[in-house]
Amino acid sequence: MKFFFHIGRYFLMIKKTFGKFTKWNVLKGLIFREIDDLIISSTGIVSFLSFFVGGVVAIQTAINIENPLLPKNLIAFTTRQSIILEFAPTFISVIMAGKVGSYITSSIGTMRVTEQIDALEVMGVNTYNYLILPKIIALTLYPFLITISMFIGIFGGYVACISGGFSSPAEFIEGLQLDFRPFHVTYAFIKTFIFAMLLATIPSYHGFYMQGGALEVGKSSTTSFIWTSVAIITANSFITNILLT
Amino acid sequence: MIRIENLYKSFDGIEILKNISTNFEKGKTNLIIGQSGSGKTVLLKSILGLIKAERGNIIFGDKLISNMKQKERAELRQDIGMVFQGSALFDSINVEENVMFPMKMFTNKHHTEILDRANVAIKRVNLINSNHKMPAELSGGMKKRVAIARAIIMNPKYLFCDEPNSGLDPKTSIIIDNLIKEITNEFNITTVINSHDMNSVVEIGEKIIFLEEGEKKWEGSNKEIFHTNNKSVSKFVNSSELFKKVRDVYLSKK
Repeated sequence: MKFFFHIGRYFLMIKKTFGKFTKWNVLKGLIFREIDDLIISSTGIVSFLSFFVGGVVAIQTAINIENPLLPKNLIAFTTRQSIILEFAPTFISVIMAGKVGSYITSSIGTMRVTEQIDALEVMGVNTYNYLILPKIIALTLYPFLITISMFIGIFGGYVACISGGFSSPAEFIEGLQLDFRPFHVTYAFIKTFIFAMLLATIPSYHGFYMQGGALEVGKSSTTSFIWTSVAIITANSFITNILLT
Repeated sequence: MIRIENLYKSFDGIEILKNISTNFEKGKTNLIIGQSGSGKTVLLKSILGLIKAERGNIIFGDKLISNMKQKERAELRQDIGMVFQGSALFDSINVEENVMFPMKMFTNKHHTEILDRANVAIKRVNLINSNHKMPAELSGGMKKRVAIARAIIMNPKYLFCDEPNSGLDPKTSIIIDNLIKEITNEFNITTVINSHDMNSVVEIGEKIIFLEEGEKKWEGSNKEIFHTNNKSVSKFVNSSELFKKVRDVYLSKK
């Protein structure tokens, strides 16, 4: 029963988020700040992780291809498919549930604990719109982050493959172009967008409705990470079943 | 004036407010006093609408809150200033921006006009050279001053203060008390203060409401409290040595 209570309250929160709007002049500033905090500040870690994971995927594929009849361009093909279909959209999103999600929960949770949300409510501010909508809008730019991850991941694979002598540059480029289906990119971006909405709203929910003090802010951040990851992995399964099968 | 009629509130079946009825008078500092857990904060938050009361009426001026439309409630909120126990300043913006915040949100005035008003409010609370400091750089007393400046920038009709002296040294407490009283008289507003500070009771309690276990046990002024026969309130106020001394001086003068 408690689970359904939370689901209901979560959707009511989203409804209230699109209720009485904050003045555009104020909202604009909040959106830019969130873009900086949530998207731009994540570029470094996403690039770093993507480069090395891309490299590892290429190396793992290369050392597992023992049959000499299999073409070398398969390494690039596998790297591309792994990164575009799963690593960039799904696993980066799970990592972001830890980075961005914890930040959202702890920032809203701290505002709750220190009565800043009460102060906004007393003034007559729609706190849902003021606090959550800028995060949702900022995270609509999340697919750009995933695009960077895709490019850098594939580049990491290229560097690892060439420097390790697993294939030639020409074979790698050929593999990247092999059996390329644009719909796979569309599929990746559809799910990236859905994950972005989960990343903005689930941590906001855990921050907004937290009770207690500083210790609970930490606990809520952990709970938020768990539920956001669960939601992303579950949504990934459904979207894949619907779009790719 | 704010009128409260037969207010009830309970949490998980436990009654926190039991049939509270009282008036908070205009141009006066109205104090709600009582032990921790007596229901002071719940009463204050119920009046402000942060907690929904189960039964009873809350009337601001001549307007019954429960009959008000959404738009009317939003307008009323702009007539309310609130000073929270922990000041509740917005961490990510500086003092000046904190004070300007309500005007930025709810008026279409030009930035320079808002800035001028903020400077007047900051000056009124005697805060010097702190406009560009962040809340984390301020002392407890300075934070309270900023919170008061933010609460008065919209020229409110009602000012609420939740434990304005908590965490402050006695000297700063007196300064904050006097500031609230001066502002109440200057702007002729209805001020409601939650407190268990005996100095506030003696100095600024023009009207005092005493709560015990969610019930209103006594109400009167800071003069009347010196010779009340009510056992609950006597026990509570006489637990303070300061109060006893002030009471003795007051009664001996009479």
